[in-house]
Amino acid sequence: MSTSLLSRHGRGPSPRFGPLFAAAALALLVGGFALAFYWAPEDADQGFSQKIFYLHVPIALTAYACFGWGAWKALRLLWTGERRYDLESYTAIHMGLIFGLLTLVTGSIWAKISWGQWWTWGERQLVLFLILFLFYSSYFMLRYSTDPGPRRERNSAVYALFGVVLIPVSFLAVRIAGTILHPTIFTHEGADLPWQMLVAFLVCLAGMLSLAATLYRVELTGKRIDASLRELRELLA
Amino acid sequence: MNAYAGDVAALARKDLLLEVRSRDTLPAMLLFVVSALTIFHFALPSGSSERAETGLLWIAIVFTALLGLTRAFAAEREGGVLDGLVLAPCDRSAIWLGKTIGLTVFLVLAELVALPAFALFFHPLSWDLVAAVALADIGIASIGTLLAAIAAASRARELLLPLLFLPLAIPVVIGGVGASIASDPGSFLGFLILYDGVFAILSWASFEYVITE
Repeated sequence: MSTSLLSRHGRGPSPRFGPLFAAAALALLVGGFALAFYWAPEDADQGFSQKIFYLHVPIALTAYACFGWGAWKALRLLWTGERRYDLESYTAIHMGLIFGLLTLVTGSIWAKISWGQWWTWGERQLVLFLILFLFYSSYFMLRYSTDPGPRRERNSAVYALFGVVLIPVSFLAVRIAGTILHPTIFTHEGADLPWQMLVAFLVCLAGMLSLAATLYRVELTGKRIDASLRELRELLA
Repeated sequence: MNAYAGDVAALARKDLLLEVRSRDTLPAMLLFVVSALTIFHFALPSGSSERAETGLLWIAIVFTALLGLTRAFAAEREGGVLDGLVLAPCDRSAIWLGKTIGLTVFLVLAELVALPAFALFFHPLSWDLVAAVALADIGIASIGTLLAAIAAASRARELLLPLLFLPLAIPVVIGGVGASIASDPGSFLGFLILYDGVFAILSWASFEYVITE
């Protein structure tokens, strides 16, 4: 019986690759930050404070990747009706929300150092992440206030799909709003990055993605055990 | 296709007829929006710019719509109609389209009162603002119907709906306020059309998954 319960939420990710992802994340992140701090040239305008770029932007891109992954799993759930995709989508969005919050925090620190303010509405990426953070926090409210079952799985999946459509729509909205409502005075992006900066950035990005993959696998295993245990307890009660 | 249009018309007529007979939702929306505009008068210090007033009008529109959305599936839930609708031999997306048309009519009727009241209390309206409100209504009704169906399946219906709805309404407010105050409203109206199209198609396609038990 226990095997059928477990398989309902999907087989766990193969445990052999777990340490591999974790090791890759550690090596790439340490290496990436070493490159960023000791090898990549200092930015001409912003000086040392520009180094947070190697942390902030990879985290932001990783958050997008997690939201996209969650939406893909949601689409698979609606497409095939297999219940295991529900937990996979939920876990991916859970990770996305954590990285999204980190984006807001690191972006806020950058804004404080560069412009002396913790929050600025002129910075489009930060505004966009605030909208996404509110949206995906509501995803959690939706999950918590609906009884477990196929209905909750499908409703969460539909909402997750809305999220991945909301990302470009909000991006466009914040962009056109910037032209009239809040003129953008500062921009992070220079004309083009020197290649050393780009290499360091890409290593950091790969590290952050590996970290997200590691956390995703650990969390997914935990959530699966939790769900199976709960069902087992209900059967025994 | 003809049968589909017939289903949609019948479902929309059912909602409108129900409202004509019971007068549950629309009077509340009208009273709410006029009360909100009155509060805004006192919330704004004298000498506030017309831009601030326009911004508040959009807040009133979004929250009035929210009030209507909370009631969108109330009659179905109380009367157990939803099971019947799901069992009915019609495409489930027709339920969404009928409900969306009904809601759009409610919103337009509420704004037929709200916009003149705004012009009376604050300042005259531009045609761009009226066009933006009309476009926003379609978008709000489209996503609103789907989200109301999602929220209706949860324990905390009235609490959950605003949380689900407001993040998705932020682009509508950006487009609407932009179209109302910008010197060149074309791009904002275009954005609202894009928003309506994208989310209407998405809601239409995904409604079946939300409504099925």
